[in-house]
Amino acid sequence: MAEPKNGVSADDVRKIARLSRLHVEDEQCGSIAEDLNGILAWIEQLDEVDCEDVVPMTSAVAMDAPMRQDTVTSGNIRDRILANAPKTEDGFFVVPRSVE
Amino acid sequence: MTFIAPRVADEKDWLQGETGPWELIIGLEVHAQVASIAKLFSGAPTAFGAEPNTQVALVDAGLPGMLPVVNKYCVEQAVRTGLGLNAQINKFSRFDRKNYFYVDLPQGYQISQFEHPVVGEGEIEIVPEGGEPVTVGIERLHLEQDAGKSIHDLSPDETYVDLNRSGVALMEIVSKPDMRSAAEASAYVDALRQIVRALGTCDGDMEKGNLRADVNVSVRKPGGELGTRCEIKNVNSLRFIRQAIGYEARRHIEILEAGGEIDQETRLYDTVKGETRTMRSKEDAHDYRYFPDPDLLPLELSDDFIDRIKADLPELPAARKARFVEQFRLPDYDAGVLTSDKATGDYFEIVAQKRDPKSASNWMMGELFGRLNADEIGIEDSPVSADALGGLIDRIADKTISGKIAKDVFSKMFEGEGTADEIIERDGLKQVTDMGAIEAMVDEVIAANRDQAEKAKDNPKLVGFFVGQVMKKSQGKANPQAVNELLRSKLGL
Amino acid sequence: MTDLTKLTLASALDGMKAREFSSMELTDAHIGACEAASGLNAFITPTFDLARDQAKASDERRVSGTIGKLEGAPLGMKDLFCTEGVRTTAASKILGDFTPPYESTVSANMKADGMVMLGKLNLDQFAMGSANETSCFGPVINPWRNGEDLVPGGSSGGSAAAVAADLCLGATATDTGGSIRQPAGFTGTVGIKPTYGRCSRYGIVAFASSLDQAGPIAKTVEDAAILLESMAGYDPKDSTSINEPVPDWRGAVGQSVKGLRVGVPREYTMDGIPKEIDAVWAEGVEWMREAGAEIVDVSLPHTKYALPVYYVVAPAEASSNLARYDGMRYGLRVEGENLADTYERTRTEGFGDEVRRRVMIGTYVLSAGYYDAYYLRAQKVRTKIADDFRQAWESCDVLLTPTAPSAAFPVGRKINDPIQMYLNDVFTVTANLAGLPGISVPAALDGNGLPLGLQIIGRALDESTVFKAAGALEKAAGFDAKPDKWWS
Repeated sequence: MAEPKNGVSADDVRKIARLSRLHVEDEQCGSIAEDLNGILAWIEQLDEVDCEDVVPMTSAVAMDAPMRQDTVTSGNIRDRILANAPKTEDGFFVVPRSVE
Repeated sequence: MTFIAPRVADEKDWLQGETGPWELIIGLEVHAQVASIAKLFSGAPTAFGAEPNTQVALVDAGLPGMLPVVNKYCVEQAVRTGLGLNAQINKFSRFDRKNYFYVDLPQGYQISQFEHPVVGEGEIEIVPEGGEPVTVGIERLHLEQDAGKSIHDLSPDETYVDLNRSGVALMEIVSKPDMRSAAEASAYVDALRQIVRALGTCDGDMEKGNLRADVNVSVRKPGGELGTRCEIKNVNSLRFIRQAIGYEARRHIEILEAGGEIDQETRLYDTVKGETRTMRSKEDAHDYRYFPDPDLLPLELSDDFIDRIKADLPELPAARKARFVEQFRLPDYDAGVLTSDKATGDYFEIVAQKRDPKSASNWMMGELFGRLNADEIGIEDSPVSADALGGLIDRIADKTISGKIAKDVFSKMFEGEGTADEIIERDGLKQVTDMGAIEAMVDEVIAANRDQAEKAKDNPKLVGFFVGQVMKKSQGKANPQAVNELLRSKLGL
Repeated sequence: MTDLTKLTLASALDGMKAREFSSMELTDAHIGACEAASGLNAFITPTFDLARDQAKASDERRVSGTIGKLEGAPLGMKDLFCTEGVRTTAASKILGDFTPPYESTVSANMKADGMVMLGKLNLDQFAMGSANETSCFGPVINPWRNGEDLVPGGSSGGSAAAVAADLCLGATATDTGGSIRQPAGFTGTVGIKPTYGRCSRYGIVAFASSLDQAGPIAKTVEDAAILLESMAGYDPKDSTSINEPVPDWRGAVGQSVKGLRVGVPREYTMDGIPKEIDAVWAEGVEWMREAGAEIVDVSLPHTKYALPVYYVVAPAEASSNLARYDGMRYGLRVEGENLADTYERTRTEGFGDEVRRRVMIGTYVLSAGYYDAYYLRAQKVRTKIADDFRQAWESCDVLLTPTAPSAAFPVGRKINDPIQMYLNDVFTVTANLAGLPGISVPAALDGNGLPLGLQIIGRALDESTVFKAAGALEKAAGFDAKPDKWWS
């Protein structure tokens, strides 16, 4: 394999958690890393399989994409769009400030 | 993007620094909104300016279990645009998810095309202002969804989100780093704009953000090793593109000449201050984790699908310009102006039909554009139609009125007072072509100005004075050519 | 009057047709059973009032002569199907208070066919689990007991338990790696995952989009066929929906299997699998042979790689599918100091341990530098697994395998050992990866008196043959055991 598989470090856990927008306490990182490494080591038995020239399978159905017509079939359902929102104002979703 | 930049800029485009000349390397990613009625993956409308969150389908809000289905029209427009860019159409393409979190990205990912775009490499020719034609390579064109809109000024400590734009179809057109000056970059975007407008695939409205550019700028010693580039996001006018590039290039040169290094980063152009500033810091580097969207299947386009679009392709601005030069014998400049957008070209072709093309061109580029610009009216909404302008030119050609009178008539036509014929008739502007009547007036004028007539023999320029007098007498209606000829013979010139 | 909850769906539909009882009577009987069975924790959100309204409306329709395929039948809905106006939680805290303003296509089809919905059934959180222990509404208890509380399997544990305990005549379920078939096996019920694309995924809370497929859990093979005929069908709102008509599957049940080639994949004999499982499997092979089928030895060489592939592909897709749960537009929001903090608090509190674990694995295998090594490689091995089946179909028409590597196990036994838990899906996950139909049929009780299931896997879109084979297996097995009604 061209990719180095040095295992997941506590730092990797922090990075993955950040990408996933999940919070992990520093003291948890080690045990999570261990947990993930156990699973990844088990996954790495896939390295035994000869995958030369194999086309990756991205879907379980062998069809092309069906396409819709360019017509308006939705919209004007703001009440439904906002119905479950934690906070709204004047028809907008209200969220924590996303710029400084 | 494969970053190879063999062409070296013209010396006139080099930027002088303390340490010598520098060369600009520019590549652009242009986002053009597909002129579709519905969104890329939903049946919500795309019209501009609706109340917040009223043009949102369930899938556009990323609600659980909602699924995308691709809009065929958008795929067709991408292919159409690709053909207009003389580009490779990829029969197999696929949608991928670009994963990142943002408050106006409801699904937590943007559906885009990463590994297999619908359109591959192509090229277009551009003519920068005051420069020679340059060929700019197209790297790719792919379809992707737009995000929603975050509004930060409705509350001091919260952000308001409107998802009306969420899911609107965009074509991202990625150029090769083939531009070497701000003028070239601006000409490139202008050319793209003309192409998509001619094709009807995007309305090209930069003010509404329907066509906007991410500008990649770096500098190098002419012909030397490439520098680190910065990306200036979302610049939405040709002028701002030029200004942003100018600022950014200077910034790079100053940093490099001071011995510093350029950070590869994303920047924003502040149109008020006229400068660029950092948008995202490096530590927040993204890892987009692209992978094929399992909710969508690959697009497999048949030859028939592509051929049908090809057959329906309109003439593009570059081809039309060449044809105007060839067919109408117009100067390059005129042809360029008249083919800069489809409506103008169409207008011209109506006016020029069975008329002198150069007169048609002069009238459009002079009086018509002058009035339209002054009143900020598009040619589509011109109060003087192409046929009406043609009617006016006909009256000049058949000598019913003089060119000078025609300008007054045009002005009245523009004010909605009627057709050329109606105004000429109403105001009695018909040119006097009765030679007897003209001769009588000429005689009267000469008789009243004996001294001057004598002097004219030595000073032929004085004939202008007599022409003026006769025209005045005829209230401008005498045929100036006939007046001139008669005067010259009677004065013995 | 006989206990209406003991009826099969088919006989209940017949009984209503013959006016032996009304939908209201049938529904009331089941509501009574549900109310008495709260100890099983099969429901997250009962909808008994709605059920009574629907039963009343159904009885009225019957008078006017409009009779749908599921007319008046009280059924359960896995709480992964969005139901308009009825809370849909995916057994998660993050969607704990989410009420969809829309209906999933599958539940809409069933409504249109006259279903009476008793409520939303418990499951593993976001369908991630094999024991129904990851639900934030507490575990579901298997109606079958062995001196202690057992898991019903997962993720469709609520569906399986509710059907096994006669709380409903059938239930919807979903299957991403075995989530219909394994719980059916653990509870002595029938569960079919149809061909990928048969049932629309529109309105089903997504776990792993390229693997998720809806199907029913039922009391009999015939009932499963009736339910699937209602659930399935082309849906233009799902790009992966297959545009094929729904055949008469009910009619396929009971057809002869004479001459049917039944493949027995040798790789499904694995180390560490209890002998009893192999014994039941061998018995199943004999039953099929006696019913006139031809038994064929086949090889699916990449079987052992199916689970590792699954645990790359499914978490990868899930990590992206679950990104939308960010507290901005719906669902739980836990306010933090700033946006980043709000995101993290919301998602950390809103997702359970197993969901967070899978989101992190998925994020990792897609991240820069690891994509090729994990995700792309898994997709390639997935191709090889699908190729194995294509090869096998040259020599057989269906495959016969065990459903799960064990019978139901005690609550809490495996929850802290992810790989042990993942091994539950070892026989079922291959059909998800290849997109094939698979059904679990109860075959026998093990030495502890717990049900064991056998699985039939068929060609893509060939559910008819699967139902035919499953019907023959069911008939030969003659499985009629029911759990003791200890819960009420």
